[in-house]
Amino acid sequence: MQTNQLILLFSGALLVLGLIAFFMGRAKAAKVRAAGTAMYAQPDQYAWFAALATAGPAVAVGAIGSFALLLMGAEIPTLYLLAGSLVVAAAGMMVAMMQVRPDFHARKAIEKTIRWILAGAAMISIFTTFGILFSIITEALRFFQMEGFWDFITGTTWNPGASFLAAAGRAEEGATAAEFGSVPLFAGTFMITLVAMLVAIPVGLMSAIYMSEFAPARVRTIAKPVLEVLAGIPTVVYGFFAAITVAPIIVDVAGAFGLEASFNNALAPGIVMGIMIIPFISSLSDDVINAVPDSMRQGSLALGMTRAETIKDVVVPAALPGIISASLLAMSRALGETMIVVMAAGMRPNLTANPLEDMTTVTVRIVAALTGDQEFASAETLSAFALGLVLFVVTLALNMVSVIMIRRFREKYRSNNL
Amino acid sequence: MRQSFDEISAQLKRRHRKSARLKWMSMGALGLAGVFLVFFFTDMLIKGLPAFQQAQIQVQVDYNEMAQEIPLAAVEEEVRPLVSRGYLRLIPGRMEDNADLLGTTRMEWVLADGQVDQYLKGHHNNLSASEQAVVDELAANGRAELKFNTTFFSRGDSKMPELAGIASAAMGTVMTLLVTLVVAFPIGVMTAVYLEEFAPDNRFTQIIEININNLAAIPSILFGLLGLAIFINFFGVPRSSPLVGGLTLALMTLPVIIISTRTALRSVPEDIRHAAFGVGCSRWQVVRDHVLPVSMPGIMTGSIIGLAQAMGETAPLIIVGMVAFIPDVSATITEAATVLPAQIFTWAGEPDRAFTEKTAGGILVLLTILITLNATAVVLRKKFERRW
Amino acid sequence: MDMKVADRGVTMSGHETGQPVTRNEQANHELSIRVRDLNLWYGETQALKNINIDVFQKDITALIGPSGCGKSTFLRCLNRMNDLIPSVKLEGLIEMDGRNVNEVKMDEVALRRRVGMVFQKPNPFPKSIYENVAYAPRMHDLVSRKADQDELVERALRDAGLWNEVKDKLHEPGTSLSGGQQQRLCIARAIAVQPDVILMDEPTSALDPISTATIEDLMDKLKQQFTIITVTHNMQQAARVADYTAFFHLGEIVEYNDTKTMFANPHTKKAEDYITGRYG
Repeated sequence: MQTNQLILLFSGALLVLGLIAFFMGRAKAAKVRAAGTAMYAQPDQYAWFAALATAGPAVAVGAIGSFALLLMGAEIPTLYLLAGSLVVAAAGMMVAMMQVRPDFHARKAIEKTIRWILAGAAMISIFTTFGILFSIITEALRFFQMEGFWDFITGTTWNPGASFLAAAGRAEEGATAAEFGSVPLFAGTFMITLVAMLVAIPVGLMSAIYMSEFAPARVRTIAKPVLEVLAGIPTVVYGFFAAITVAPIIVDVAGAFGLEASFNNALAPGIVMGIMIIPFISSLSDDVINAVPDSMRQGSLALGMTRAETIKDVVVPAALPGIISASLLAMSRALGETMIVVMAAGMRPNLTANPLEDMTTVTVRIVAALTGDQEFASAETLSAFALGLVLFVVTLALNMVSVIMIRRFREKYRSNNL
Repeated sequence: MRQSFDEISAQLKRRHRKSARLKWMSMGALGLAGVFLVFFFTDMLIKGLPAFQQAQIQVQVDYNEMAQEIPLAAVEEEVRPLVSRGYLRLIPGRMEDNADLLGTTRMEWVLADGQVDQYLKGHHNNLSASEQAVVDELAANGRAELKFNTTFFSRGDSKMPELAGIASAAMGTVMTLLVTLVVAFPIGVMTAVYLEEFAPDNRFTQIIEININNLAAIPSILFGLLGLAIFINFFGVPRSSPLVGGLTLALMTLPVIIISTRTALRSVPEDIRHAAFGVGCSRWQVVRDHVLPVSMPGIMTGSIIGLAQAMGETAPLIIVGMVAFIPDVSATITEAATVLPAQIFTWAGEPDRAFTEKTAGGILVLLTILITLNATAVVLRKKFERRW
Repeated sequence: MDMKVADRGVTMSGHETGQPVTRNEQANHELSIRVRDLNLWYGETQALKNINIDVFQKDITALIGPSGCGKSTFLRCLNRMNDLIPSVKLEGLIEMDGRNVNEVKMDEVALRRRVGMVFQKPNPFPKSIYENVAYAPRMHDLVSRKADQDELVERALRDAGLWNEVKDKLHEPGTSLSGGQQQRLCIARAIAVQPDVILMDEPTSALDPISTATIEDLMDKLKQQFTIITVTHNMQQAARVADYTAFFHLGEIVEYNDTKTMFANPHTKKAEDYITGRYG
């Protein structure tokens, strides 16, 4: 591709210019020093400064130019833009050469530049958050222009089937109008999350209690990493496991009780998701239980309480904010979990309270909406962003609450290892 | 009235029982997690290990002129349905490459059809009774065997299970992770260095910190939405390419690298910094020459863990289109590619039962790599762990 | 006098002086805890060597000595709090109510009900003031009705001299109190289960002088009902509150004597040096 070659050429030219600036700067500085003049900085520092002054502004110009090109649709031919950048580079080199003087603080200038570069890197994370917010919100707004916000929040039928016809300008041909009521999706998400939490919280918390209160040190050093393995298994693997192994077991078990279960029942992904989340809860709870001061336990034991009473009535209540915080984090994870439900839960929006039936979730519909051969501007595709927006807000809120709770806990016991 | 030890002990019996119950229950919870882990790995091994073997049959291949046009003609009619059609299709090409083959007839071990493979492994299959009889006879004569499945590691995806392999997905994973590493590692380390060593303690810094923590908790699928809306639709990065996948994963991995790098930097004692400042180093020189070198093992460990996480990630990659059907191994970051977890996802959705075993086989490969990576991280940490 | 001491087996474990220990205890005093040839190791390190001591009921016995001398370790043997440290190994006899507290059949939970403890730093539970006191008696079935429980809480808080300060805020968290109040809450919590013995491990070392004085007065009152064994860093405190004082040094009891004698006319050189501030 031509642009590719141009960019390659540009980068090459810039590199050469930078190298020239580096060596010229060093040579000049060395010469000045050899003449016996005391300088503020080492020749190498002048050299680095020269290289930075050459490449920095040129890259900046190039970046701004390409942003203008892409964002505002400005009509700047790529060739001119890159040529312009090179001119800036040459100018930067000249200025830098003139700055190679004994009284110039090259080291300070470099420090300052590096500081700015590092701060710039730190800004990337902010940009990412804004990027997510921006992309989701703009597309979601487009969706809400097509379909009412209120219908989306309160509607109980999710049937995007006909929307691609509307996008193609053939709305009349669709047998039924598309509907985007998200309530069944949230109900499904909630159901599966509930099942997951019912598995993860008791098992995770009890494991944490065993590890921090009962287990000998040897068991603890083995059990902790083994539990972590559960968190390291990719979700796609869990999804396969839920669909191929767990779901049929559930159907069989339900059958033995005379109940009918779908192969896409909500129980299988819920249970497997719960297992995946166990290590989150156990390791965070273990940390907070360990942060409960030992004097608390001793105070209780010295009153003639048994181990279990001490744990139940003193240790766990003291660690409760941390445990709740861990559970909220885990819950936010369960809500946003995708692969397990995509592979093991159903596709059918189904408003039911029976976990043996198939039901679908928000993340399943996001994936479904974005993997078909849909026109991007269709309501179905855009609905993914509306769903994503809700998911974003909910998980962010859960995360915030969790952070605040853990901070309170930490302040209370002045523990720094959380 | 104060009670004697025996009186108190008698009252305590019930409470001791309760206490023991909690101990056993909590132990059981941990045990349950362990039992699950064992069950899971056993299940995967049982399902996946057969994928590393594939049926081959020994047949007479007749390199005649007709086979150049109709590959099926190269083998006897009786065994035709038993030979992999994908394999047969290669025959004309081989005859073109090697002119001497024409007119010869050889006994060769050839890849069997996926159904034969399933039959030999005792799984459900679609072979008719007569076909099964032929296979049985071949097997009795030592002409049908399960051999190590090199195809699985050397070829890309295929619609025929006997020809499907993980090579193109593995290549895609390598390229995607390369992009991720190249983008996320420098930015992550730079951010961490800024926050730990340079940033003033002000509002702005706090916002960055809160933001990083939040970023770590955002569901991965939302990163996919970002990749789709910003990278693909806005910047025009090619869909399904390792470039867009790698960039998306880089943003996801960033918080992991930042957080672990900060921990590593923080564990470097202040004394070292003071000593370096004392001999006239500037802040950047202190970081570059003293702080970063000693915290490198910690940074590497965190990055490996972050990469391992990215390697298993699927959801955002599906959104940016990395579930493409990729039969050939490609080696550029702008062409459509797929990654191991996405390949697993695709195979899991295949209706043909023979793919179940491929899926589990792919999972075993993925898990082996992930466990190796994480073990490396643990070993690194142990080896370079310093107590100050 | 000497006869009587010998009868009770009060012997010195320090062997430098060979002088008999004299104790002028009142006739009505009965033995509470008898310790014979107690040795204790933390792993390979011996922390207590050959401890022999008799503690009498409704007295305050102070354990003094330089830090690291084993006095706290010894205190924690008496209600088996050392069980919580896996590396601890113990030999010898600690007898209470005719039973060896370390015997296999002894239930350490039962022991701790009869031997309560107050710690160096106040450690109220993360519960309300009321619950801090009511929790243990309720678990021990000492009270069945709500009214009894209220009464018990009030009595314990009164005995601990805290009632007037907290009676209007019983349902606020225990941690909302000041340090001295928290320590008195912990004392109330301990006496609410009606133990025989209360162990105090430097109960005032984390407190200001005024709170310290309050607690010392309180100890004086409590000895009407309880046997108190207190570890203290502060020799003046021992001189002020204790009936008997044991001087620990390097894991041994160098001298055990009634407090007056101990401070006015110690029998051993080491105790004298310590008391007069030559080291410690």
